[in-house]
Amino acid sequence: MNLAYRDIRHNLGRFLLTCFGLSLLLGVVLSMIGIYRGLVEDALTLVRTPVVDVWVVESGTRGPFAESSRIPGDTREAIARLQGVSAAGSVTYQSVETRHGNEKLRLYVVGYEPGRPGGPDQITTGRPIGRSHYEMVADKRTGLSLGSRIELGRDTFTVVGMTDDQVSSGGDPVIYITLKDSQQLQFELAPPAARREIARGSGPGDTDTINAVIARVSPNVSPESVAEAARRWKHLAAMSQGEQELILTQSVVERARKQIGLFTGLLLIVSAVIIALILYTMTMDKLREIATLKLIGAPDRTIVGLILQQALAMGTIGFGFGAILITSIKDYFPRRVVLQPEDGLALAAAVILVCVLSSALGVRLALKVDPATAIGG
Amino acid sequence: MSNSLSEIPLVHVQNVSKHFGEGETRVDALRDVSLEVHPGEVVALLGPSGSGKTTLLNVIGCITEPSSGWVSLDGEVVYDGHWLRSDLRKLRLEKIGFIFQFHNLLPFLNSTDNVAVVLSLAGFDKDESKRRAIELLEYLEVGHRKDAMPANLSGGEAQRVAIARALANRPRIILADEPTAALDSERAGIVMDLLRKVAVEQEAAILAVTHDEKIFDRFDRIFHLRDGRLDDQNT
Ligand SMILES: Nc1ncnc2c1ncn2[C@@H]1O[C@H](COP(=O)(O)OP(=O)(O)O)[C@@H](O)[C@H]1O
Ligand SMILES: [Mg+2]
Repeated sequence: MNLAYRDIRHNLGRFLLTCFGLSLLLGVVLSMIGIYRGLVEDALTLVRTPVVDVWVVESGTRGPFAESSRIPGDTREAIARLQGVSAAGSVTYQSVETRHGNEKLRLYVVGYEPGRPGGPDQITTGRPIGRSHYEMVADKRTGLSLGSRIELGRDTFTVVGMTDDQVSSGGDPVIYITLKDSQQLQFELAPPAARREIARGSGPGDTDTINAVIARVSPNVSPESVAEAARRWKHLAAMSQGEQELILTQSVVERARKQIGLFTGLLLIVSAVIIALILYTMTMDKLREIATLKLIGAPDRTIVGLILQQALAMGTIGFGFGAILITSIKDYFPRRVVLQPEDGLALAAAVILVCVLSSALGVRLALKVDPATAIGG
Repeated sequence: MSNSLSEIPLVHVQNVSKHFGEGETRVDALRDVSLEVHPGEVVALLGPSGSGKTTLLNVIGCITEPSSGWVSLDGEVVYDGHWLRSDLRKLRLEKIGFIFQFHNLLPFLNSTDNVAVVLSLAGFDKDESKRRAIELLEYLEVGHRKDAMPANLSGGEAQRVAIARALANRPRIILADEPTAALDSERAGIVMDLLRKVAVEQEAAILAVTHDEKIFDRFDRIFHLRDGRLDDQNT
């Protein structure tokens, strides 16, 4: 006869309600972890999409994402000529704000040279950019669809293809346009004074500037040797793909990680306290029954089992509900929530541990109960 | 005393004292109490409130440790200045049945399982426990309530289920603390007749605390407790 189960069934409504409350709490913990994972993944999307080995940026910067970087447009030809480079492409990155219908739309614009590294990796519907002007590939998170027309700067662009899950580290959806268009856009969106300088050709740069050159190297060639070679130009800095990813996770994600990590830790502590309280009250409510059990001769094993099994049932059901809940609503979050099985398992293990530890409080209480209290009126 | 003196008493208490607290707050609940109850005997424990009746039952039931004295149950010395067994709960499970003023049924088990739980603790398998539990409930004339939850039982029904539980493992010592206080006189009479039947059939000793004058005539002997002391003129 399983007493834990019988007691739960007797108070099923209350038990399920408790589990539901706990599941909301654990759901929040799980979504915090998911939001953090999503943040990291989003931050790395743009760096990973072009599948390159070397990033060449302005010297003294850790661009183009963590810091701004501007280099001359002809850098790509120089890099492409380096020993071991199999492909190279110029890219620009900029945030713009525009309108779509009545809605304000923040976009992260990637300019690239069609046919060279830097473009979207997978077009889910439509086609890649085919003409050299005024076409764009947009992520579905922009809310745009094939054929949508959007004004960027002074020109109107048409969506010819769509991508999935391409966002900047800030969470803005990404669109791709040609390098030429993006340079024009950078020029148009620059402050008027800077624009005049550039037009006169006397400023710090002309319209043919880009933010980075990305390069793939041939098999058997180490990206570091290519980066080394690129660094010989004094105005350039170069880093490997791994370094670039590290910079992003560190500079962009680090603060978010601390923030979310701290918050998740707090939530876990709150959950632990709440679980402990629930288990303690559940035991308090059963003291008389526990005293009766002792009186009729039930061993400690039976009593500890009763409390521990209920604790584990509550933890398991609470976690299960929570996981199902978050899995089913995660796509409605404004930013990506990435639920990784290993995170779920880690949280489940933590919850089980917390349940066992907190039931220790209840168990201690239960074992101290004097069977004589069952007799008192 | 109707039983022969040669018989070994089922309950044998010798010079037992029990006090709670020390100094200013010391309460002497039992003072030098000695008594014997033999198989088949039904005895009453009488006395004003606070005279130590419950404490005495608890000492015999191995729930409360005496301060001094000597206690033997079913021929086995269990207390002699200290408990002589570490598994007192097992001892209770095997030898002692408790009946309380309030039934103390487990609220989350139906009648059958409230009785069966004792049997399954005693090592009977599930079907056997259930079968014997239902048998007992029928014996106590509450068989028709075997699936009812305690909350839905009347006072008399609950008390009879509780008695079935106390009898489940065929204990030889049955301790009852005001078992009929919550019942009307007719029901109280039925319960007492039943306990007597058990005492005879199972050769058990029954010790019941009671205030109920209506049922005095159903006891073999009556012990009077006053201020923790047994009166000499026990009838
Ligand atoms: N656990 C305890 N702690 C302190 N005093 C107690 C305890 N149990 C009983 N007493 C005291 O011992 C005396 C006898 O109590 P009890 O045996 O319950 O009397 P009765 O059952 O005859 O009313 C009372 O004065 C009571 O206050
Ligand atoms: Mg009492």
